[in-house]
Amino acid sequence: MGESTALLQMQNITKRFPGVLALNGVDLDLREGEILGLIGENGAGKSTLMRILGGDYPADSGDIVICGKQAQITDVQHSIALGVSIIYQELNLAPNLDIASNIFLGREPAWGALGIVDSRALYSKAAEIAGRVGISAPMNTLVETLSIGEQQLVEIAKALSVDSGILVLDEPTSSLSPAEASKLFEVMRGLKNAGVSMIYISHRLAEIRELCDRVVVLRDGERVGELSGDRICPEEMVRLMVGRDISRFFPEHGRHAEGDTVLMVRDLSYRGGRDVVNFDLRAGEILGIAGLVGAGRTELVEALFGVEPKHDGEVQVMGENVEIRAPADAINVGMGLVPEDRKALGVILEMPVTENISLPGIGNYNPPFMDRNKEKEVAVELVDRLEIKTPSLNQLVQFLSGGNQQKVALAKWLGISPKILILDEPTRGIDVGSKSEIYRLIRELADDGMGVIMVSSEMDEIIGLSDRVMVMHEGKETGILDRADINEQNIMHLATGGSQA
Amino acid sequence: MKKLLGMTLLLIMLVVAICTFQWFTHPDHSITFLSSVNLCNLAQRIGLLGIYALGAGIVILSGGIDLSIGSVMAFVGVAVAMLTVAGWNPFVASALVVLCCVLLGCWHGFLVGRIKLQPFIATLASLLLLRGLARGIPNGIAQTISHEPFAFLGNGSYLGIPITFWLLIIIALILGFLMNFTVYGRYLYAIGRNAEAVRYSGIKVNRVRTLAFVICAVLAGVAGVLELSLNHEIQPAQSALMYEMWAIAAAVLGGCSLRGGEGSVLGVIIGAMLIRVMDNGMNLVGVSSEWQWAVIGVIVLGGVIADAAYKLRAANKT
Repeated sequence: MGESTALLQMQNITKRFPGVLALNGVDLDLREGEILGLIGENGAGKSTLMRILGGDYPADSGDIVICGKQAQITDVQHSIALGVSIIYQELNLAPNLDIASNIFLGREPAWGALGIVDSRALYSKAAEIAGRVGISAPMNTLVETLSIGEQQLVEIAKALSVDSGILVLDEPTSSLSPAEASKLFEVMRGLKNAGVSMIYISHRLAEIRELCDRVVVLRDGERVGELSGDRICPEEMVRLMVGRDISRFFPEHGRHAEGDTVLMVRDLSYRGGRDVVNFDLRAGEILGIAGLVGAGRTELVEALFGVEPKHDGEVQVMGENVEIRAPADAINVGMGLVPEDRKALGVILEMPVTENISLPGIGNYNPPFMDRNKEKEVAVELVDRLEIKTPSLNQLVQFLSGGNQQKVALAKWLGISPKILILDEPTRGIDVGSKSEIYRLIRELADDGMGVIMVSSEMDEIIGLSDRVMVMHEGKETGILDRADINEQNIMHLATGGSQA
Repeated sequence: MKKLLGMTLLLIMLVVAICTFQWFTHPDHSITFLSSVNLCNLAQRIGLLGIYALGAGIVILSGGIDLSIGSVMAFVGVAVAMLTVAGWNPFVASALVVLCCVLLGCWHGFLVGRIKLQPFIATLASLLLLRGLARGIPNGIAQTISHEPFAFLGNGSYLGIPITFWLLIIIALILGFLMNFTVYGRYLYAIGRNAEAVRYSGIKVNRVRTLAFVICAVLAGVAGVLELSLNHEIQPAQSALMYEMWAIAAAVLGGCSLRGGEGSVLGVIIGAMLIRVMDNGMNLVGVSSEWQWAVIGVIVLGGVIADAAYKLRAANKT
């Protein structure tokens, strides 16, 4: 390591969240005038590490040295004062102010103590900085009228205006067009030549190769390797990002799966028509949907379920065309969805277990009357079958553990026996014991002839449970892997935009 | 449930306090509060407030709010009165106008469900609009009607109990049945707690919300008819002014939370009783009616602070 030229050193950083060791003794050093790539799967710890650097929260242990001086970063302001600027995916601009005001927001050049803004100085200084990052719009343009790519440049200009020596970009290209992205890269190279050091986080391995001098790879909160020069290639990066044993708590694969096609999706476009997807689902199989954060998986299943209206395309259930405009329509044709955000969408926390379980079904028991006996019968059976641990059927769901809440969210659908069950991140944030119970249950449902779609960001889960895997990248399916081809390398290859061999 | 008990207790204490005060201050120990004339009068007024407070309560339960109640009452009063003056049978006119309230409820449901307006704004617009129509159409002139059978609705009684109170009982039974024995009741509570989760469970949330607004508008319409019948006349600018606030106060006193998902039919009725007994008591003990609002304001504040403190304590325990 070129100790003398290290601008930033993060040493032995450890961070623990309740139940998770997010970072375990991670080292990271950034040299002057380099672009350092930081990569890893979802949840590998990249964002946590950068949030510690940015002062969002402190590390549990470890040292940060900036310009040779020990730094105890206390908060965001302190981090900025130390010359660190972090540009997150969600931009922090005031859309109703113009470019110049955004660049100097809170630090406007002013006359004297009254704080009257010196507009002339503001605009001329802003124009000078904007020139360095290639902003072509006039300085009095409102930020909300700029494209996302231009807004990003404003963020960078803002960072430069405080003389940041260290610039962190967290997936800046995820919502940029290719042309905007290449403009951004040009700006970054220019800044590099001017001596600015950058940390670049991205899932797009091709960009990393194009842009970065060195790459640090994280996996499960640990630093697993560093690449530089010619060794920065997609194969090598994927090898480091993945490659670990899958725990043995997945059930045997299904008796499988030459069932009838229960769901056929053709040219389904969603997210306002930007993205198009095709796939089939057979009775008795578990179709995993893999992809990186932002690949559009949740949006896809929500479009399918009628939460957000689809834009165009054709959906067939059991061979018949269906028109799904609302979740109620989806349920009528035999679908169920366990949403990603359990507490906000999956269950109603302030209602009892029984009433949560019966919510989708109670309208069908004896409409329009409420059949409390039937309701209780169904709840008793499902609590028993799913082994939901609750002191009573009348317990409010908010007092159950995460795993048991998730089982309630599942039980809701089992009460109406759908033909197609969609699970979005079915085990997020729940304990290992409940996880394996839920895996076993999902497999049982498939064996009983249900078609199951499982969106998951956990590689283990996708590989351990799926009969087939559809991989998505930027809103489109990049490939569908059959049983024999399901492995981490293949999935990561497709998830980062590679094409199917 | 505890809150309901607390409010009932408060109501009883209030009644005891009024009676005791009168027993000590009247030279002949007479308690005019308990006289049949006073009780009848009180029941009549509780019946009226109870009816439109139930409407407000149901909307609040579903997580919304309806500010248009007082204006609906005034508009309905003006419309029925003008139709009667024009020669219609007042019962027919009332039925027609109350039917129009169904449309108003649907309109509120549409604004909130489809156009995604906040209930506060959507019904604030109706508050202004309907009051404006009620004043504009008759050009601000009071409408008087005299029709014996129609006047019986607001003033008459059956088996010694005022008609308005009978109506409240009937309406409360119907709503109680709806809330407790049909799925709509379950949906209303659930939507008040977490409408998105309910939508994800396949329930047509907009329809259920609209149902709540329709119930509220219809009950406000019924109350408007009763108010006209009671007074034989309607003052476009003054009648039923701010009544939505009394309705909301009664609902909140009776255990409805403006966050939605909490409240009961019985609770709202107890809330309405509290308010009416309070102002009746103040009259009887000789407090100027000018102080009425201030006292009710204190009671509402006290009630919700007690509730909030209780919840805070419960939350700290866990």
